[in-house]
Amino acid sequence: MASINDQAKWKPRRLHAGFIGWGFILLSIIGISIFYFYPMVQALILSFQSGMGASLEFVGFDNYIRLFNDPTFTSALTNTFIYLLIQVPVMILFALIFSVLLNDPTLKFRGFFRTAIFLPAVTSLVAYAVVFKYLFAADGLVNRFLLNINIIDQPLQWLNDPTLAKFTIIIAITWRWTGYNMIFYLSALQNVDKSMYEAARIDGASALQQFFFITIPLLKPIILFTSIMSTIGTLQLFDEVMNITSGGPGNATLSISMYIYNLSFEYTPDFGYAATVSYVIVFLVVILSIIQFKVAGDRD
Amino acid sequence: MKKFKRIFTYAFLGVASFISIFPFLWMVVSTTNKSVDVTQGRLLPGAHLLENLRTLFETVNLGTALWNSFVIAAITTILTLLIGSLAGYGFEIYRSKGKDIVFNILLLSMMIPFAAIMIPLYRFFGQISAHAPLIGIDTLAAALLPTIITAFFIFLFRQNTKMFAKELVEAGRIDGLGEIGIFFRIYIPTMKTTYAAAAIIAFMNSWNNYLWPLVVLQSPSNQTIPLLISNLGSGYSPDYGVIMTAIVIATLPTAIIFFIMQRHFVAGMMGSVKG
Repeated sequence: MASINDQAKWKPRRLHAGFIGWGFILLSIIGISIFYFYPMVQALILSFQSGMGASLEFVGFDNYIRLFNDPTFTSALTNTFIYLLIQVPVMILFALIFSVLLNDPTLKFRGFFRTAIFLPAVTSLVAYAVVFKYLFAADGLVNRFLLNINIIDQPLQWLNDPTLAKFTIIIAITWRWTGYNMIFYLSALQNVDKSMYEAARIDGASALQQFFFITIPLLKPIILFTSIMSTIGTLQLFDEVMNITSGGPGNATLSISMYIYNLSFEYTPDFGYAATVSYVIVFLVVILSIIQFKVAGDRD
Repeated sequence: MKKFKRIFTYAFLGVASFISIFPFLWMVVSTTNKSVDVTQGRLLPGAHLLENLRTLFETVNLGTALWNSFVIAAITTILTLLIGSLAGYGFEIYRSKGKDIVFNILLLSMMIPFAAIMIPLYRFFGQISAHAPLIGIDTLAAALLPTIITAFFIFLFRQNTKMFAKELVEAGRIDGLGEIGIFFRIYIPTMKTTYAAAAIIAFMNSWNNYLWPLVVLQSPSNQTIPLLISNLGSGYSPDYGVIMTAIVIATLPTAIIFFIMQRHFVAGMMGSVKG
């Protein structure tokens, strides 16, 4: 504890430093308030309003009630959860397997494999989405390849069948993000004490046992971090759906973000209801973040 | 058994690498082929590259889109780095209880999904349009303004400032430098690698940004590269060779940045988890 004298002596200097310190962060406070917090409040107010375009009036909880009777919203929500529950675990599992295999210093061509698997992460979402749309077209290369090796005897309707179209979106996102997540695990693995694996080997643990009982527990924090990031990303999925399937066939691949976009800019604009739908994403993200903090808190 | 495992590992990684690279190879090969050849699944290079480039520059405003994307990405990167690092530095060097609370509040903005603020932002810029047309709807300024200041970069710079030797600040004060002088003359030159990593992320985010420009930019003369590609891709009679050429040109800048600055690239990604 500083004595009262010390505090008195320090006060002017600290006040001065404090003033300058606030100066450094002022622009950021203003910017984030204008472009994040203020719009959030606006969206909340909008979610209680309805009407076309600029003529909005308060309707209480009508928009929220409408959510429950809106089949398109139900589709968008269901689709988003299907993407989440299948894509995120599959991608994380692949990323983990790649990182463990590539962490072996005796492996040849490590640099090549690592760069190749990471490469999809440098593409823009729109660019790779358009490429995937053509790859998975009825007369696209994927069907040609599958026909040639006789796995199928007629072209699959990747983009026009409700189930296959969801599958195509999942394949696309997994292609784009697996290498990205792998890099996080690789860098975490580099900090893992090699002697733990030595000890496990001496005790007769198989590679699979080492993976499940050493690697995964050690990487738990980073796995958690990447799954939350991926989950939040998937909840906001837009670019791929818009450019690969435009939400179709029917609404089979529609995501929540794309529904919000359609409500605001494609159909007769209903900003109020669109804001209500957007608060569903906010709600889901907040819940997931709370879960993250809880689980992350548990490990300390 | 061990040898068998090895072969399996190589085969597995080989297939994964092939799947990862194949779309790139196909994109590049297709830039040299006619649309018909691309649809027929031709995987060999042709002699149609110049023709595709000519069609591309004649039928769509690729030059304009490249320029718009470049202007937006360059300005965004510079301002993001400046404002983000000022804040990261301020929060860490002039640390106080009040600022820590503000920092945590700013971090909350990272949880805000863009779809939720898109409509209010669109209305906000719509209202501004009447008074200040230069930053209103359908201007490059409107496309970049909401993306400049993000909590992510403040966080990234604050985390990295923890490793900055604070004695340098004292040394600067003794040398008679002002607080702002210390930031510009000592901090920025010492933190070059952090700036490099942050610049890569900021540039790539901006170069690839799609949803907000799609909402706010309307006239063809303001199109960015992702908007142009999206439009080409959704056309009724797409010329595949030409589209692939556009996609390759759009991907080149980020691919080049990645190959030249791989180390900084990864450092930037990791900046978000450190600490």
